[in-house]
Order: sequence, then C-alpha cells, then structure tokens
Amino acid sequence: MTEPFFELRGVKKYFRSKATLAQRILAATGSVPPPPVLKAVDGVDLTVTRGEVLSLVGESGCGKSTLARAATGITKPTAGDIVYEGRRVAELRGKDRLDYLLKVQMVFQDPYASLNPRMQVRKIIGEALRVHGLLPKSEIDAAVDKALTEVGLDVAYRNRYPHQFSGGQRQRIGIARALAVKPGFLVCDEPVSALDVSIQAQVINLFMDVREKHGLTYLFVSHDLGIVRHISDRVAIMYLGRIVEIGPASAVFTEPAHPYSAALIAASPSTARRKRAFQPLKGELPSPLAPPGGCPFHPRCGHAMAKCHEVRPILKEIAPGRSAACHLHNSDDT
Amino acid sequence: MTSPLLEVRGLRTVFHDLAGAWPAVDGVDLVVQPGEIVGLVGESGSGKSVTGFSLVQLIDAPGEIVSGDVLFKGEDLRRATEERLRHLRGDRIAMIFQDPLMTLNPVLTIGEQMCEAIQEHRPCSTQEAMDEASRALARVGISSPQARLKQYPHEFSGGMRQRVAIATALLNRPDLIIADEPTTALDVTIQSQILFEVQKLSRETGTAVLWITHDLAVVAELADRVAVMYAGRIVETGTVDDVLDRPRHPYTLGLLGSSAATVAPGERLRQINGAAPSIDARPSGCPFRPRCERALPVCAQIDPPPQVISNGQSYRCHNPVPEGAVP
Ligand SMILES: Nc1ncnc2c1ncn2[C@@H]1O[C@H](COP(=O)(O)OP(=O)(O)OP(=O)(O)O)[C@@H](O)[C@H]1O
Ligand SMILES: Nc1ncnc2c1ncn2[C@@H]1O[C@H](COP(=O)(O)OP(=O)(O)OP(=O)(O)O)[C@@H](O)[C@H]1O
Ligand code: SF4
Ligand code: SF4
Ligand SMILES: [Mg+2]
Ligand SMILES: [Mg+2]
Repeated sequence: MTEPFFELRGVKKYFRSKATLAQRILAATGSVPPPPVLKAVDGVDLTVTRGEVLSLVGESGCGKSTLARAATGITKPTAGDIVYEGRRVAELRGKDRLDYLLKVQMVFQDPYASLNPRMQVRKIIGEALRVHGLLPKSEIDAAVDKALTEVGLDVAYRNRYPHQFSGGQRQRIGIARALAVKPGFLVCDEPVSALDVSIQAQVINLFMDVREKHGLTYLFVSHDLGIVRHISDRVAIMYLGRIVEIGPASAVFTEPAHPYSAALIAASPSTARRKRAFQPLKGELPSPLAPPGGCPFHPRCGHAMAKCHEVRPILKEIAPGRSAACHLHNSDDT
Repeated sequence: MTSPLLEVRGLRTVFHDLAGAWPAVDGVDLVVQPGEIVGLVGESGSGKSVTGFSLVQLIDAPGEIVSGDVLFKGEDLRRATEERLRHLRGDRIAMIFQDPLMTLNPVLTIGEQMCEAIQEHRPCSTQEAMDEASRALARVGISSPQARLKQYPHEFSGGMRQRVAIATALLNRPDLIIADEPTTALDVTIQSQILFEVQKLSRETGTAVLWITHDLAVVAELADRVAVMYAGRIVETGTVDDVLDRPRHPYTLGLLGSSAATVAPGERLRQINGAAPSIDARPSGCPFRPRCERALPVCAQIDPPPQVISNGQSYRCHNPVPEGAVP
C-alpha cells in the first residue's frame, strides 16, 4: 500500500470555559466543582489517501469545524498527532512548516467572519500569492481574475470590500482564495451551503476538475447529504466528538451500519416530498458538557440494549473498508 | 378573502456609489397571508437578504429604499417612526439574519442576550426570563441549556449560533418571521426538530414565515408557496407544487435541473451557463437574457412584466417554458 497522504492519530481537542479568579480559588479548595471540560473532539483517527474525497458529516456541534481547524494547523490539538505526507506536523519547522500551511488550505464555514473587512477582494485572494512570492507580481492580477471567474463572480467585483457582497458571494471569495494558492489538500467546511443550487453545481464541478487536473485531495464537511453522496469516495459520520461510522459513500448511504447514520439518511429532505409533518427529536439530546455513559447515542437510539448503557462501543471494522462503533455490529466485545 | 399580513409592492432598494445608484432589489411584489409559509429562493446575490432587510427597514447608507410600499397588517412600514419599528421588530416581526453574528453580541453571554430580547417586550424577572431562554434553547436542540446560557457566542459552533438566533426569533410568538438561511449549518435531524417547531408555531399561533433559503428540498417539504428571485426581482411565484413541478420561467427550470439528485453520483452536475451580472452591469430588457436558451429578440428590448395564469402562478418571461417540461 502507498503511504497515507494525511493522517489524524488520536486527535483530541478539549475546551475549558474560563473561570473567574474567585471561581478558581473556590474550585481549588474543592468548594465548587471546576468548570466542565468540553470534549469537542475526543480521539479521532482518520486516514486520507491522496486524491480522494472524504466527507465528514454529523450533528451540529459534534466537532466537525474543530476537527477541520486542527487538521489545517489553525488550532493546536489538546492531544494526538497530525501527520502530513508521513511527517508529524507538530515537528515541522521553517520552510517545511510554511509548505504545509500553504499546501493545506481551508474554506471556512462562516463567510462573514473569515474575510478581512478592510481588504479589497483582489487583495484577499492575491495575498498569499504575493506574501509568499508564489507568482511574479505582474501575474497576480490575472490569477485573481481567473479565480473570480471560476467561482462565478464577475471580475468587475474585484475592487469591492467584503461587506458589499451577499453571503454566497463571500463564500465564493473564500473558495477562490483557497484555490488560488494551488493547494494539495483542501479542507472545506460547509463550502456550498450559502450557494444556490446552480452555483453549487458550478463550484462542485470546479472542485472535481481541479481534483482531476492537479490530484487535489479533499476533506469535505457538509450537512447536505445529496452533495456528499454525489462527490465522496468515502464518508465519515461523527457524533459527539467521535467518528461512529466510516466507509465507502455508496455503502454507507445504501446500508448505513450505525443507527445515527440511518437516522440522518432517513431525515434527509427531498424535493419530491411535500407538506411533510416534521418530527421532533426522539429521546434526550446528549450534551458534550455532560456526555452520557456507555454509547453516547443510547438516549436516542431505537436499538439500545442493556449493554449500550454501560459500555462504550469502539470503532471496529465490520466489513472490508467499513467500520462502525455500535454493539449491534460488535457482538464479541463486552 | 382575508387581508394579507404582509403586502409588498414595487419595492426598490439601491446601493449608491460614485458612479451611480444600483438596484439590489428592483421592483419586488410579494404577498404573505397570515399563517402562510412562503419560501424565497433564487440566485446568490439576487437580493433576497436585501429584500429581508428592506421589509424591516434596516437599510443603511450607502443603501437606500427608493420606492415601493411595505404594508404590514395594513400599516405602511416605510412611513413608520423608528420607535414604532423598534417596537415591531423582535415582537410582531422577527428576523433571523443570514449572519448570526449580526444578532449576537460577542461580549455578552447567550443568556444575557436572550433575557434582554425577552424583557425588552415583556416585563418579567431575570429569573423568569432565564428559565424561558433555557426552554427556548432546548426547543432548538441545544443540550445542557443552563450551562450554555453562561457561554459566549465564540464558544458555540456555527449551527448552534444559528439555533440561538432561531430560538430568539420564536420567543415572542411573532406574527411574521423573516428567516434568512436559518438552517444552513444544521444537520438534517436537528433541522427536522426546528422545522417541527416552526410548523407548530405557525399552526398554533398563526405565525407567517418568509423562509429565505437555497435548500429546495426544505422549501418543498415546508412551504405553501414559493417565490424565485433573479437579479433583484421575483421572476416566478406560485404554489410549491406548481413552481417545483411545472416551472414556467427558464431560470427556475435551470435551477431545478442543477440539483445533485438529477444525475448519478460522480457525474458532472448540470449548471446554468454563464454568470449572473454584477448589480452595476445588468443587461437591458430581461436580466436573464445573456444566459437564457429561450431568449427571443424582444427579450433584449422589453423587460417582461409579470403574467398571471389561471392557477395563480405568475412569471416574468416573454417565452415561458411550455407546460409539462420536466426539470
Ligand atoms: N453594502 C452593499 N454595497 C453594495 N452592494 C451590495 C451591498 N450589500 C449587498 N450588495 C449587493 O446587492 C446584491 C444583493 O445582495 P443580497 O445580499 O440581497 O443577495 P442574496 O440574494 O441574499 O444572496 P445570497 O444567497 O448569496 O445570500 C448583491 O449583488 C450584492 O453584491
Ligand atoms: N472556542 C471554543 N471555546 C469553547 N467551546 C468551543 C469552542 N469552539 C467550539 N466549541 C464547542 O465545541 C463543540 C464542537 O464545535 P464545532 O464548531 O467543532 O462543531 P461543528 O460540528 O462544526 O458544528 P456545526 O455543524 O454547528 O458547525 C461545540 O459544543 C462547541 O460549543
Ligand atoms: S451501541 Fe447501542 S445505543 Fe449505541 S448506536 Fe449501537 S445499538 Fe444504539
Ligand atoms: S424573457 Fe426571454 S430572456 Fe428572459 S427568461 Fe424569458 S425567454 Fe429568457
Ligand atoms: Mg461547524
Ligand atoms: Mg443572502
């Protein structure tokens, strides 16, 4: 087998709310409990092969953006390793580290907060090219125009500031900025959620063209299961900070192994259905501030057994290339 | 017939710059009945958010509402005082902004902000307000609501921020909710929970909803009627069944045909050729003409006026898609 292109090994990211001085003293003397630790990402192992599209799907708040930010080196994980082309990112220095930061680009979820409000669009898109001397000065304007056109934005927009754009236009500026530096690995956090379906199609087609031409690899965070199914080679389903199922997209969509994956696929809206009577969530929604014991999905799971309240299922291979963390599939573990 | 809750006629909102005034909203007509859920879809940059802002009179310079009427229960909001508007906003009309940070103050906790929203329109103790805020968070699927109320916006995920905005909008049981891309960061099970709450509120309180979104599947499942926007105007409107199953405007047809559901996985998606013009470079006649496969010579000269057909469906096109074309 070829060496993995990108790996996450036991990655964790914990947040602890900032306590006031008084709270800290009280906590130290044991009179009040310390503020709870929020385990946003709690031990994720993931291998991405060169050229594949791996999608990450999961509940709002389950840690997808946190994981994406850790993968791109924007935040430092609390524990675990990020391995890029066989080398641990934490150990990269100087030119190697810069190379990683440029080769691994991110499209941010929030198109409003991720663009510098004081910079014109052509500066935003051309900045990395200029700062790192990726292109001669004279070629930057043309590269910016090409990037704008590719994401369906009129080049007449190039001197405008972010606040003069609509939400979807800003999202496309973020995509153009990431693609302009010709990355090898693109981590996209909800990259098309603010786009109408025709521009979505244009951007997805662009992603696939770039993948074919330059062998770009993608980690694609999205809640749009239609798009995920369309573009992914593999899909990983995340729940409360952990991956609960991973496998080839076609297999996961036709035969989800984990009850949470099945619930997601069943709730997916469709244009063919009209006047649906929407259903409230069944069972209690677990909190990352106070995660339930046993299987974290058990308060909502229709298949929960006695064991599910006690023992946390681990992610195990259930078929070649497919893994799930659910006792229904791991009959031998106790 | 009941009188409409919201009636918009000929709304125009422009942005001024040194070179002129450019219409982001260019003659929008829209009617929303009490208890009705209307989906507003359309091209990115077509003016959906600016329409939403214009309805609640939140347009600041260099933007300006230059003409049109916005009647809310018969009251002309364009002529309402700032005090009257402040009273209506957040109470009778709630707006969920596309950018959740527009509603959320980064230096206040979620609880402080939600209490403020409650107490501004209804006198009650802070404890009562906190309890109500906590229940509101639970309704939008936020667990450990008590602990979450003590956190700041940056400690929330993207979808959790959206849900705070939704919970806040539902607080005072408004007559009209204008929701701008409210569920883009929500997974489908949490989204179902929210749509359940919206349907319930609409059924129980008669709240009407203008749901701005790109998610045609949500519109199909949630809305009664749909309006499609392109280049600052509504180019087609009608019942969900009519517009989604029997679109007459070429843009609507192209939009429906771009969905990933229409091709096999991995295949190239269909897209509408060309790009939307920027607001300062819109063509004469029909604004969709440079991208339209059905364009006629007349389309370059005359801006098509709205045509209403027998089922109430209305479209702006000189050469509409024949009935029975499949998206
Ligand atoms: N402050 C501004 N100054 C100049 N132009 C603006 C300003 N705000 C918006 N625009 C322009 O007005 C048009 C309409 O913007 P609007 O935000 O209403 O689009 P939208 O339909 O909501 O799009 P999206 O689906 O991408 O959110 C866009 O072309 C945008 O570039
Ligand atoms: N800076 C932070 N400080 C404290 N908690 C945080 C911070 N960032 C994220 N969290 C918490 O970590 C968890 C995961 O957040 P994250 O943004 O990764 O979720 P997500 O899966 O991307 O959700 P969404 O789909 O809603 O965007 C949430 O419970 C959130 O409250
Ligand atoms: S381990 Fe048990 S509770 Fe968890 S998903 Fe599987 S069946 Fe459900
Ligand atoms: S009016 Fe003409 S150009 Fe415009 S959508 Fe209809 S056919 Fe196309
Ligand atoms: Mg996120
Ligand atoms: Mg918008």
